[in-house]
Amino acid sequence: MEAVARQRRHRFNFRGSLNIPFVVFMVFFVIIPLFLILFYAFTDAEGHFSLKNWADIFSSAEKWKTIGMTFLVAFATTAICLLIAYPIAFILSNKKFNKNKVLVYVFLLPMWVNFVVRTMALKDMLNVAFITMFKTQLTASYPLLGTIVGMVYDYLPFAILPLYNQMLKMDKNQIEAAADLGANPVRVFYKVIIPMTVPGIISAATMTFMPTMSSYVIAFHMSNGKLPIIGTLIEFYFNTGTGGYNSGAVLSLVMLIIIGFSLVAEKLSDKKDDSRKAGIW
Amino acid sequence: MVDNKTLSIEETNRALKGKRIRSKAGKIAAMVFVYFVLILMYAPLLYITVYSFTNATTTGSWSGFSLDLYKNLFNYGSNAKSQAIWNAARNTILIAVVSAAISVVIGTLGAIGIYYTRRKWWRNTLEFANQIPIVNAEIVTALSLCILFVSVLHMETSFFSLIVGHVVLSLPYVVLSVLPKLEQMDPSIYEAAMDLGATQTRALFKVVIPDIMPGILSGFMLSVTLSLDDYVITTFTKPGNFETISTYVDSAMRKGGLPTQLRAFTAILFGVILLAMIGMYVKSALDVRKQNRKLKGVD
Repeated sequence: MEAVARQRRHRFNFRGSLNIPFVVFMVFFVIIPLFLILFYAFTDAEGHFSLKNWADIFSSAEKWKTIGMTFLVAFATTAICLLIAYPIAFILSNKKFNKNKVLVYVFLLPMWVNFVVRTMALKDMLNVAFITMFKTQLTASYPLLGTIVGMVYDYLPFAILPLYNQMLKMDKNQIEAAADLGANPVRVFYKVIIPMTVPGIISAATMTFMPTMSSYVIAFHMSNGKLPIIGTLIEFYFNTGTGGYNSGAVLSLVMLIIIGFSLVAEKLSDKKDDSRKAGIW
Repeated sequence: MVDNKTLSIEETNRALKGKRIRSKAGKIAAMVFVYFVLILMYAPLLYITVYSFTNATTTGSWSGFSLDLYKNLFNYGSNAKSQAIWNAARNTILIAVVSAAISVVIGTLGAIGIYYTRRKWWRNTLEFANQIPIVNAEIVTALSLCILFVSVLHMETSFFSLIVGHVVLSLPYVVLSVLPKLEQMDPSIYEAAMDLGATQTRALFKVVIPDIMPGILSGFMLSVTLSLDDYVITTFTKPGNFETISTYVDSAMRKGGLPTQLRAFTAILFGVILLAMIGMYVKSALDVRKQNRKLKGVD
């Protein structure tokens, strides 16, 4: 009797039902807001269907310039971050150099200082250095350079971490085997090491590319407000009040489409990847 | 024949020696590169720390060693700017802890629910939904929440919307930290607890939760980290007069003139994080040593 009762009780999936708060939260604060973006992008302030927001934004040469600039900054930041982070992650993952992982912690530590504070410190230091050396402020005279330097400085740890995690998983025997079979170091690097770390490269690239497009604070301060990116425009529309939400939604949708494309690219070149931020702890 | 052999040994030795020298040079080059990048990464914070010990109005000019900035900072009773800094610091920590606590509860239960869901498609759907805030640009998440609260629900942005924003930010990472621990768990222990007469709730709290505790803790720490570092979602969802460290520093920079005691605050922040990291490192090193001793049977 009791066994039957227990069987019946088991049929109600107690543990499976524990995610109800999670589902409710996700529906209300993630799924519905995303549909709101979609809805607002195609309506006017009164809620009627309208493509005016799209026309307004995409007929403006200035907006196109901003979108192009965003891509330029994002690509440059990602490329520079990868170029610096890759050798560092490689060295850190090598037991010969980094016996007890202290260096990894040292590299990740700045991440715990808020990035706005770090940007403030960087801007202060670089402007003073530039004035003493070149008699001009970096952020005032070279907005693009300043923005890219600021972005690289803030996002470098985010590029190092996934690469490092991937390289720890790398099969060291394959590298040795390739060297023993006569491949020179350059060949080993191209034919063995790079292919083994592709998932890490991709997640490092997305970890820097995506936030770069949103980080209008860094762009704003490191260019003295001279270099707007997509995020700057969205923030501008946000500040104009509810009337600006529709235009903001259009730009958000554009960003969602870009993200969608990069996700497809990521999926195509990589199966499963858990080397993202979750590896910090 | 003999000559040939000795020559080849000599040759090998020479080659090996060359390789050793080359690898040593490579090692030195690698370390130089690593420390060069490290110096660049720490330079701004060290720079601010150095200039926190002088009371010049701007950095770059040294007007003698002084602890005035620290005195100003801690004399918040009579200094409005210092008070604003401490207020922002308190708000930042408050939001981080509250949102992390909420994320951990919802996320842990969510992960358990996802893991024990019987229908495969439902599990896939939930895991997909969980990925959305991770891959989405922060500013899109921020604007979408702002539209929901301000434009649709006609609420002012409030402490509630701010907390919701931070939970959206960190919840997926809690789920991602807990799920692998559930996968590592031995399912028969839960069954055994049930067979021994535990209720489902009791089995959950006495068996499942303790087993996945490391995942829950790392989810909590990750949530706190993400929340402390946030700027975009905070700006879009915070009530008007509420400042966190990031929004305070941002608005101070926009106004021009940063309050000088902010340098002292940054130095303290940097110091606290440094100490916390050293503490964590020492603790984990001690744990490893203890475990090694246990394995060897010394303890």
